[in-house]
This record gives sequence, C-alpha cells and structure tokens, in this order.
Amino acid sequence: MNIVVCVKQVPDTATERKLRSDDKTLDRDAADGVINELCEYAVEEALRLKEAHGGEVTVLTMGPGKATDTIRKALAMGADKAVHLVDDALHGSDALGTSYALAQTLKKIGFDLVVLGSESTDARTGVLAAMLAERLGVPQLTFSNKVEVNGETITAQRVTDYGYDRVEASLPAVVSVVEKINEPRYPSFKGIMAAKKKPVTTLGIADAEIDASQVGLANSWSEVVDFAAAPPRAAGTIVKDEGDGGVKTADFLASKKFV
Amino acid sequence: MTVERVLPTAEAHDLIDLVRELAGKEVAPRAAADEATGRFPREVFTTLGRSGLLGLPYPEEHGGAAQPYEVYLQVIEELAAGWLAVGLGLSVHTLSCFPVAAYGTDAQRAELLPEMLGGELLGAYCLSEPHSGSDAAALTTRAARDADGYTVDGVKAWITHGGAADFYTLMARTSPDGARGISCFHVPAGTPGLSFGEPERKMGMKSSPTAQVRFDAARLGPDALVGSEGEGFRIAMAALDGGRLGIAACAVGVAQAAFDAAASYARERRQFGSRIADFQGVGFMLADMATRIAAARALYLDAARLRDAGRPYGTQAAMAKLFATDMCMNVTTDAVQVLGGYGYVEDFPVERYMREAKVLQIVEGTNQVQRLVISRAVAKG
Ligand SMILES: Cc1cc2nc3c(=O)[nH]c(=O)nc-3n(C[C@H](O)[C@H](O)[C@H](O)COP(=O)(O)OP(=O)(O)OC[C@H]3O[C@@H](n4cnc5c(N)ncnc54)[C@H](O)[C@@H]3O)c2cc1C
Repeated sequence: MNIVVCVKQVPDTATERKLRSDDKTLDRDAADGVINELCEYAVEEALRLKEAHGGEVTVLTMGPGKATDTIRKALAMGADKAVHLVDDALHGSDALGTSYALAQTLKKIGFDLVVLGSESTDARTGVLAAMLAERLGVPQLTFSNKVEVNGETITAQRVTDYGYDRVEASLPAVVSVVEKINEPRYPSFKGIMAAKKKPVTTLGIADAEIDASQVGLANSWSEVVDFAAAPPRAAGTIVKDEGDGGVKTADFLASKKFV
Repeated sequence: MTVERVLPTAEAHDLIDLVRELAGKEVAPRAAADEATGRFPREVFTTLGRSGLLGLPYPEEHGGAAQPYEVYLQVIEELAAGWLAVGLGLSVHTLSCFPVAAYGTDAQRAELLPEMLGGELLGAYCLSEPHSGSDAAALTTRAARDADGYTVDGVKAWITHGGAADFYTLMARTSPDGARGISCFHVPAGTPGLSFGEPERKMGMKSSPTAQVRFDAARLGPDALVGSEGEGFRIAMAALDGGRLGIAACAVGVAQAAFDAAASYARERRQFGSRIADFQGVGFMLADMATRIAAARALYLDAARLRDAGRPYGTQAAMAKLFATDMCMNVTTDAVQVLGGYGYVEDFPVERYMREAKVLQIVEGTNQVQRLVISRAVAKG
C-alpha cells in the first residue's frame, strides 16, 4: 500500500504565537516550528498500517524551507521518504488554496491512502481532509479514532457528538485521525540517524502543476481582516463549601444556563 | 532552563534533543507521583530501550550507539534532572554492561550484547555485601568451580534494580587470595538459586529499587565467567571508573533541576516589596549555586574527554564524583533555603532533590573513598 501522510509544521504551542502586522499571516520567525501534534498521530497510524500490510509511507508537507525539520521528525519515526512542496507563491494560501496545492501534488506522486491529522494547532480549520478528498474525487473518512484496511476496503470509526459512526469505503481514500487513535512512537536514535539518509524530493509549484492564480495570499477566498490578542481570562468564581457547596455550584451553573 | 551544551557532533545534538523530549514528556512528569509511592517505572526504561539509549557508549556492532563518554554523560545528566531514579538507573545499567563489553569473549559479546545494549533488558551490578562496602575486596560471596560450571553462595547488598533487573553482573570469590581471588560473572535473572530481599526503605530515590541479591547454591555454566578467573576486582574497579562519571553527571543534573526551581521561585516571590532574587543575600546564594554547577559539569566533562582520548582518567573520575556530589548536596540544600517554608514541603520538588542528593555522596565509592583514591595518586606522585 502506498500511503502518503500529510504533515504540517506549526509554531510551538508552548511559546507565544503571533501574526505578522504587515500581511496578517502567521509570524513563523516568532516561534519555534514543531510538527503539528495530530500529524504525529497520522504518521503513527500510517506506520502501523504499513507494518500490518506492507508498502511504503511517504511524508508530504507544504511549507517554507525550515519545514524540513518537521519532515525529518516524521522520517525519524520511520517514514520511508518525503516530498516537500515549497514555493514563495504558496505563502498565505488559505484552506482552499492549500487543499488545491496538496491535491495537485498528490495526483503527481500517486497514493492508495492519504492520512492527515484532523486539524492543526495554528489555523484550526479542520477542513483540509474533506477538501482534499473532494478535490481528489475519493472517499473521505474524517475524525477517525480507528482505522482498518482489508484488501481494497477501508473501515473507520468516525467520532461524532453522539458516539461514533462506522464508515467504510474503497481505496484510494483520505483519512483524518483524532488523537485517540494511537500513541505515537518516539523516534529512536538510530531512526534519527537513518532519517538523514532518506530521500526528500523538493517540488515547486511548476513541478506539481499548480496554477499560481489559485494559491497564495492574494488569491485566497478568505481574508484576515483584523486580529487582536485574546483578552486575559477574568478571575473565576470560587465557591466555598460550608456544607452547601453542591447547591451553590448548581445555582452558579444554572445562573449561567449550563444546567 | 535549557543548559547550553557544546557537543562534538551534529548527531549528538539530535541525541540530546531526543533525550530532552523524553525527559520532558516521559520522565519528569511521573517523578513526583511515583516517588511518593515508591513505584519503579520499568516502562520508562523500556521506552529508553526502544529509543536506543541503553547502550550509548558501546560499539555499534554490538547494538550500542558508539557515543563518546562526553555525550553519553550529558544524556545521563538530562535524564537525572528529570528524575534521578531514571538517570542513575541508566548509569547503573550501562555500568553493568561494561564487563561483558570490555572483557567478554567474542562469543559472549555476540550472544549477550545485542539484547543488553540494543534491546530492552535492564542490568544490575553486584559488588557490595552486608559486611563489605568500601572494602570491596573483602567480599565473601563464593563461586566454587566444578566440572561443569560454578556454584554460587552468598549475599550481595544494596543492589540497584535488585529483583527488577534482567541480568546481574556479579563479583564473587573464586579463591581466598584477597583482591586477586575475585572473578566476574554474568547471571541472567531466573537462574535457579537466585532470590531477592525486600526493597530497602530509603530516604530518597524511592522509585529505584535497592535490594539484597541472594545466591543459594545458584548454578552457573562455565561461560558465565567474564574475563579470566581472578580478574574480577580489576574489572570491577575499571567499571566503577566509568560509573563514577555517571554519578557525577547525575549529581549535576539534580543540582541543575534544584537550581532552576530555586531561581524561578526567587524571581517570582516578593517580600518587603521586592523580588527575593533582588536581595543580595539570596542573589549571591544563587550566584554560588550556578557557579558550582558549571564547575562540576566542566570537571566531569574534562574527565570524560580524557577517557574518550584513551588516557588514564581514574583520578579525574574520582575528583569529578567527589566534587559534583558534594556540590549537589550543597546546592540542593540551598535550594530548599531559597524557597523557605515552601522548600520544606512536598508541593515543591526541592525537598526531593535534597533527599536524592545525599545518596550520590555514598554510592559507587563514598566520598571518603574518592578522597582515598585521589590522595593515593597524589602520594604516589
Ligand atoms: C541507594 C543505594 C544504591 C546502591 N547500589 C549499589 C549497586 O547497585 N551495586 C553495589 O554493588 N553497591 C551498591 N550500593 C552500595 C554502596 O556502593 C555502598 O553503600 C558504599 O560503597 C559504602 O559501603 P557501606 O555502605 O558498606 O559503608 P562502609 O564501607 O561501612 O562505610 C561507612 C563509613 O565509613 C567510611 N569509610 C570506610 N572506609 C574508610 C576509609 N578507609 N577511610 C575513610 N573513611 C572510610 C565511609 O566513607 C562511610 O562514611 C548502593 C548503596 C545505596 C545506598
């Protein structure tokens, strides 16, 4: 099975994250870039599927030059090779533009299964997997916490508000995963060394036959008009238990219309 | 605070990054809870094994990672800063692999080392006995040779990972000839006649099991012997030279963790309208702590570089162990002082660091024994 796992470099959630004042895009120099956490689960799931069914895992990332760190991390975990889509023309692409660029690249490199994290910690749109499937014309199995492949059939347990749906599709397909799906492995020291020798192909927009008029900040369908820092959290309400703590808590919740 | 490290290779930087991630996510977060109950975190060592960290300073052909001591010790330091039971545990494991790696036959190395260095097995090192501590050459555990191997009788005391290890590196007497009558053996867990005492109830490092290892007519095959008969004491001392550097690195790690806690507290805590870090009495204490830690780190790294260069380093290892562990006791005690009453309670980690520091002045040769080693070298001239 030819599995492609899409990974994204995001600013470290442990550091202060900023938007740039000039074009209102993410300030990638302000924070350390790390692999998006859910992407690690996606890599892990791809590796487990490969271990069970054979085949190859290719990492695909779209991002600036320094996103190679994120590629290395995925390769160190055990992925076989990587494709890095990098081009100044892609800067500022919104979810529609990104899904188009990734879809073009995926058509180019081929796949039986595409695995993604269900959202990234920076933009948090959570729509990329669905858009990608749509653009590729293949089934989408999003928000999965369990995935099984049987021959040409893929089955997933899709997390919903009320429980889960069992969905089934034929390959090729796109899957997005939630964190309950597995426990990502740490790379081993030997894996880190081996990753340095694994092939990474760099593609620009021309290589992936991406139409420049459909990507980048200027061609985005959505626009960041304004932004502001979140206000500091207000002091909470402390209920002192003098034998009636439960009643007071319930009253408080009722006053906020939670119960 | 992240320690600035000058490392010899790019791969060593990658290794330290990996270790920091493991220390931050898998080691440090469990320390307080497990130390409170004395639970041994065996699974953490499995994670270290899967990450390839159980044989760092040994050759790659046997499953090791071929890292110089200079790098291996900084890994120990990072882990010990997260949790001493893990940093010291890795140091003891690495020590217990040394005899087979350095003195084993090709056949022993090929058979045993891949699992010891490149797998998930955990080792223990059995030298001390109830009546033979500093005077290790006085040990009485006996290995009597017969036609098809050895029968071992005796009790080893204070053994780190006793009862939890997968193999035991044993020093036992094969002749009454003092230090020259001691031999080294590789003993797998599960050997008939091998049993363990209850774990000791310690002052600190409660998650690291320390127990008696008892041999009651335990049978070993002839190939359990590591090196030649009578070579055991020399092997044990050579192993300890490296082990002492591991303890020095542990001491620097614990001291660094205590300093970091004290410094960040001192920057926040206000009394008399000022941050306590701005009182000279506290600020100078922090300055001394930082300076001593940096000096101890430089000392163990200097000894490590001697070892990596193939030069004699035993005296420098003793100096590093002595200085770093006394420094650690000092710094952790001061860290408690900086936090005042909050330093004395379990809500903050510094009281734990202070309890942990004490053991480092005792293990792998008490600090009196280190002074003995250094003073003998001085007297010899
Ligand atoms: C938590 C823990 C883990 C340990 N793990 C291991 C292990 O894995 N393997 C192992 O083999 N051992 C282990 N030990 C044992 C440790 O190495 C010994 O405790 C240590 O060597 C001291 O021996 P002792 O306790 O018998 O003290 P003693 O040797 O009885 O010493 C008592 C005191 O006398 C002093 N003293 C002794 N001789 C002299 C001298 N000539 N000059 C000046 N002062 C002297 C000592 O410094 C000490 O202060 C461990 C101990 C502890 C506490």
